[in-house]
Amino acid sequence: MARITAGIASSHVPLLGVASDQGKDRDEYFGPIFAGYDWTRTWMEAERPDVIILVYNDHASAFDMTVIPTFAIGCGERYKPADEGWGPRPVPDVAGHPDLAWHIAQSLILDEFDMTIINEMAVDHGLTVPLSMMFGKPEKWPCKVVPLAVNVVTYPPPSGNRCWALGEAIRKAVESFPEDLNVQIWGTGGMSHQLQGPRAGLINAEWDNSFLDRLAGDSDDLRHIPHIDYLREAGSEGIELVMWLIMRGALGAAAKALHRHYHVPCSNTAIGHMVLRPDNGEGFDMSGSDRQRSATP
Amino acid sequence: MTRDIHAYLAELEDIPGTRVFTAERARQGYHLNQFAMSLMSEESRVRFTRDERAYLDAWPMSEAQKQAVLDRDYNRCLDLGGNIYFLSKLFATDGISFAEAVSTMTGMDFDSYRKMMAAGGRSPDGQRSIREGR
Repeated sequence: MARITAGIASSHVPLLGVASDQGKDRDEYFGPIFAGYDWTRTWMEAERPDVIILVYNDHASAFDMTVIPTFAIGCGERYKPADEGWGPRPVPDVAGHPDLAWHIAQSLILDEFDMTIINEMAVDHGLTVPLSMMFGKPEKWPCKVVPLAVNVVTYPPPSGNRCWALGEAIRKAVESFPEDLNVQIWGTGGMSHQLQGPRAGLINAEWDNSFLDRLAGDSDDLRHIPHIDYLREAGSEGIELVMWLIMRGALGAAAKALHRHYHVPCSNTAIGHMVLRPDNGEGFDMSGSDRQRSATP
Repeated sequence: MTRDIHAYLAELEDIPGTRVFTAERARQGYHLNQFAMSLMSEESRVRFTRDERAYLDAWPMSEAQKQAVLDRDYNRCLDLGGNIYFLSKLFATDGISFAEAVSTMTGMDFDSYRKMMAAGGRSPDGQRSIREGR
């Protein structure tokens, strides 16, 4: 059967894509940000996931104001990088996994999550920047991707509680897929940032780090943070963090942190990144990498 | 989770220096945002850059919205229902970075804004709630 072996949280700032594409990823400004992903890149080579369920938000790229799906799942064969106003990123096309994606979509709908199905769309930095951070610059991405787009732009976005519950339903869906697949789930966006108005530039390192602390372990109190708290404490775009809760919900009752990274700033944004393992006694270690490396929570 | 939608929406207006993209703003800014969205193709960007006024006149936007775009007054665009992710197509067309465009809304010059970010960003203290003054 398919199973979710790890969860990854990561910011998806567009400037990181520019830095990667222009070879600036080890310069004075970006070096400390990318260095925090080195551990993950090495670990990923050992883990070799077959599929990533990549939770992200579209930033007015595939979806404009004509249609605003709250939860949309990509069931297509391929996705091209979007032209976000400065030409598409020079990164490989993203290969989908229609069999798994349709299985998850059907399972979720039967589980009372009324998903929007996407067969064709372009994918923007929300999806391609995390791939670059975790895999660098390969000729083709080393695994397939099931995009899961969440509306966090037009209010109200889904509640943290609903996101967590969606994650739990995704886990059930994956575990009922008959093929043996090593599946990871990534939650992207955040951490604290505000891109608009006189309050722009807001960063709250204390709040962000408390969020990271609580992402690991066996508490699910993060699911109860109301939208207004994200807005007040983590800035208007900090609301993207609800997407991390889909990832966390899919890991089950407890999760342990294998790796953690936090850096301020990248452009307007606080960068947060965490690698998590479901902590349910089964291990799910694909490589022995848990034993070979010391955890750095 | 049940919640009072009126209380929920009122809270969103209680954050200093922030326009949360509510349904009301999304409705007001529909054509402004769709105009910005149109700049996602090179052909449109060229046409817009050649004659901004003529390009804008093809959209059913208010005069105030058109003027805010021509002025690159992003706070005004937000007041008129613009959303920052849509407006980002406009500043990408202008060839300026997200951070530089964002800095224009803060009353700081870009260099001061960059220095503030490098020093850890804007503190949330005093910026959380208008009503509660915290």
